[in-house]
Amino acid sequence: MTWLRLLAPAVVALLFLACWEAAVRLYAIPPYILPGPVLIAQTLVRDWGTLSGSLLVTLQITLMALAAAAGLGLLLAILFAQSRILALSLFPFAVILQVTPIVAIAPLIIIWANDVTLSLLICAWIVAFFPILSNTTLGLNSADPNLVDLFRLYRASRWQTLWRLRLPSALPYFLAGLRISGGLSLIGAIVAEFVAGTGGSASGLAWRIMESGYQLQIPRMFAALALISATGIAIFMALTLLSHLLLRHWHESATGGH
Amino acid sequence: MSLVALRGVAKRYATGTLALEGVSLDIARGDFVALLGPSGCGKSTLLRLLAGLADPTAGSLSWQGTARPEIGFVFQEPTLMPWATALRNVALPLELAGLRRRDAEARAADWMARVGLAGFERSYPRALSGGMRMRVSIARALVTRPPLLLMDEPFAALDEITRFRLNDDLLRLWEAERFTAVFVTHSVFESVFLARRILVMAPRPGRIVAALDITAPSPRDGAFRTSGEYAAQCRTVSQALADAMAEAA
Repeated sequence: MTWLRLLAPAVVALLFLACWEAAVRLYAIPPYILPGPVLIAQTLVRDWGTLSGSLLVTLQITLMALAAAAGLGLLLAILFAQSRILALSLFPFAVILQVTPIVAIAPLIIIWANDVTLSLLICAWIVAFFPILSNTTLGLNSADPNLVDLFRLYRASRWQTLWRLRLPSALPYFLAGLRISGGLSLIGAIVAEFVAGTGGSASGLAWRIMESGYQLQIPRMFAALALISATGIAIFMALTLLSHLLLRHWHESATGGH
Repeated sequence: MSLVALRGVAKRYATGTLALEGVSLDIARGDFVALLGPSGCGKSTLLRLLAGLADPTAGSLSWQGTARPEIGFVFQEPTLMPWATALRNVALPLELAGLRRRDAEARAADWMARVGLAGFERSYPRALSGGMRMRVSIARALVTRPPLLLMDEPFAALDEITRFRLNDDLLRLWEAERFTAVFVTHSVFESVFLARRILVMAPRPGRIVAALDITAPSPRDGAFRTSGEYAAQCRTVSQALADAMAEAA
């Protein structure tokens, strides 16, 4: 079953790429309209110097934003679980932040932050942090009520209840949030860079795409796109693995699958 | 000498439901009391009042020595922490009380052996059967050696064979430790087998309608379960329960 899960999508991908290449060759589609996968791969190798630098920049912002989202999301969720007043008064603002399109507020953030990396980081963070906050808040409040009673019966302190009961109960929820946020922080980083539109040596993959567009270097555009997709898949797989390792002994989501 | 005395205890929930009314009873130190009745007769509510998990809306509970003693509680479900091993689950009450992990786990391992789970210390609850999980839950409730053990239909979800074995083991632990036990059940057979005293309860509003003493040999074992004496006692209790239901209807 395990190898089938890897093999089946791999076969589909290979078939898709083969059809694509065949179509491009058969109909002689010019590369500035649609390059074939072979040409894209060649471009990826040829331009690896610039592309890998950009990949690193994007990856850095993505991972930093994800770490900040995880840390601050978790911290806020714990505060919300401790004080109902705090939760009631602050949660609506978290929602507002979440529903406001990042493209609309990115220009403001870029003006205020006055530093490209920092503003990209803030944008990616805004996009990424809400799933972690809302999921973890839900998780902290969904501890088994009988276990909550048991902790009361043994006169557990607030800290003991949080550390030994609420946080472990919230872990599967937090990890599910983290998996969503992993993809979102990448999207946030890319979108913010599009809005910022800054060039130069320290620019990410979004800038490479825009640049290639201006120069009609469509194969390079596809190469950058492929790198973004690969990054997103890698982040998702890494977080899935983390989730599996942490939950394999006890949670249905990790133990029921095989 | 009674461990706790209840006088005119009533409990009305915020929804307006009167769960208990006019409950007066004494629980003797070292006794094994069964609360027997149909669903919705306030058995669990009474247990929660004893545990201090809820407060009565009228009446009083007075404890011998004025303070509520340490309590062990066994829920309907095993109610274990799924992320912790069986041993860590049993050690929880000791660790919450501030014992060092090493000492808590040593005592917990002792209790795991006493409930017949030696060798399963490192197992996670998922990997254990329903009966074994319930044993972990009982070990956890007893690990602090509480003077009072409260049990809320702990074996209702288990198959009969497992339930019989757990009944035997529970009695064996009770004979050895002599804690006071209050056991909620809706099974006449279980209550007669386990209890020294049965309080029959009726619903709407929840109240105690009969108190029966079960005079039977001690220790009780499998032979008691098939004896004519057991059958006679079950008949008496069933009749009391039927009368209570007829009166309530």
